[in-house]
Amino acid sequence: MEGVLDFFMANRGMIYMVILSVFLGIEVISHVPAILHTPLMSGANAIHGVVIIGAIIVMGHAETTGAMILGFLAVILGTLNVVGGFVVTDRMLEMFKKKK
Amino acid sequence: MNDVMHFSAGISVMEISYILASVLFILGLKMLSHPLTARRGNILAAIGMILAIAATILFHEKEGKPIGNIGWILGAMVIGTIIGWVIAKRVRMTAMPQLVSFFNGMGGAAAALISMMEFPHVSQELMMRSGMANGHVLAILLGLVIGSVSWAGSMIAFGKLDGKIGDLRIKALRYVNMTILAGIIGFIVYIMTRDVAASAELTHLIIILFVVSVLYGVLFVMPIGGADMPVVISLLNSFTGVAAAMGGFLYNNQAMLTGGILVGSAGTILTILMCRAMNRSLLNVIIGVFGGGGSAAEGAAGTIKEITVADAAVLLSYSKKVVVVPGYGLAVAQAQHICHELDKMLEEKGVEVKYAIHPVAGRMPGHMNVLLAEADVPYEQLVESDEINPDLPNTDVIVVIGANDVVNPAAEDDPSSPIYGMPIVRAREAKNIIVMKRGMGKGYAAIENLLFYNDKTRMLFGDAKSTLQALVSEVKAL
Repeated sequence: MEGVLDFFMANRGMIYMVILSVFLGIEVISHVPAILHTPLMSGANAIHGVVIIGAIIVMGHAETTGAMILGFLAVILGTLNVVGGFVVTDRMLEMFKKKK
Repeated sequence: MNDVMHFSAGISVMEISYILASVLFILGLKMLSHPLTARRGNILAAIGMILAIAATILFHEKEGKPIGNIGWILGAMVIGTIIGWVIAKRVRMTAMPQLVSFFNGMGGAAAALISMMEFPHVSQELMMRSGMANGHVLAILLGLVIGSVSWAGSMIAFGKLDGKIGDLRIKALRYVNMTILAGIIGFIVYIMTRDVAASAELTHLIIILFVVSVLYGVLFVMPIGGADMPVVISLLNSFTGVAAAMGGFLYNNQAMLTGGILVGSAGTILTILMCRAMNRSLLNVIIGVFGGGGSAAEGAAGTIKEITVADAAVLLSYSKKVVVVPGYGLAVAQAQHICHELDKMLEEKGVEVKYAIHPVAGRMPGHMNVLLAEADVPYEQLVESDEINPDLPNTDVIVVIGANDVVNPAAEDDPSSPIYGMPIVRAREAKNIIVMKRGMGKGYAAIENLLFYNDKTRMLFGDAKSTLQALVSEVKAL
């Protein structure tokens, strides 16, 4: 229990950010028209690819071979998420733009 | 707490980059929710991502040590970029939902891997002070569980949408799932109350937790099918967001935190909006067993009346107002281009043609819009189902192409039907109804559709693309 409180005190700033981000996320999305649901889902999908930063950090400080292999894999998967996500979203949106 | 820390110039640049990246993510999402700015929004978010990644590689430090293994990191990124780029560029537009699910799974897996690797490295000082029950361990365990569930679930969703995996509809499964979920929570508590000294030996417990989470992810998605699939993908999407945010806690990394939480909350709202479009509660989607026929619909079937292509062409050409209801069948047959050709031809003959877009037509909300946009159908011709419904009694012909559940009157008439309450396109109110279908198979939700037996309905069996082609040449000949 003490640990959890410790964590709370040490990370107050981050917890504030979490709460504010939750409301921000809701606010930003709530007026989206149905036609953009698919591209929006795909775009959001690309943004959570930010997990790649964690993968880079782990890989950057990996010392054992096992950690290296897992880290390498994590970076590949994270990159897939980021690149695939943004490219596919762009492809979808490109089609909306084609107007005469 | 010592608030005075010693920053190197690099760290400051990194932190500023993270702030910029967070702002770009928010702006990007905001712009993504408006049709005119959507594409720029996506690019802004991508720039934010590049900034965050570059800053991490260049300036991140852990206990004074910079990022090592740079060759390996860049190598992995090149491999990921090539694979991701090629898949994203080559996939057919109809396969879009699976693809989003696949990329989402990759993110979830990355989050789970990070947690697994970080578990043995929780700071000893923290462990000594507060035992296993500390925030870092909690963030790691949650990141692992949520990431694994998201990965496994996304892969199953991918397989299902791709037609490789069928639904598993067993009622008992929901109790199994609840038991596993309770087990996972119990297991987290168990790990966190263990003795610190044993932490090294806890690694195998982490692996068990991973396996159980994967099992849960699989079983969680297995029974869900039909129209609920997009909801699940959206939900898993927000799961991965939360898993990424756990990494943010772990590394005290603001870019991961804001990016992850933003997607987590926006994804949850999007999920709820989708549920609302189908008039189902989220809980129902998660634990409910969807599908199966509405009892009243069985046996109530009348006779099916067919129409020839030639007659259909005449009927359409001499109408004033035609409404097309496209569904997934149209997409599968790749018939969106030929469909647009037909509508252009009819418009030349003075027929007013509109498309009725149901929010969940296709396999994902907005999926139809993407497909029709691909075929250059002007934006103004696409009308949402709520807006077009009052107009339908004045519509001469409604053409249902490869759609089924979104025009099923059972949603309004039959309280025992699984889709009861879902808003539909009220096709039966039009003066004439033409239904193009491959055969008499049931829709994705496996429910009987009484619209097909309606007196005003004429069936046009066959592959959507070749039928439409035949229609085009008939209309041309008139």
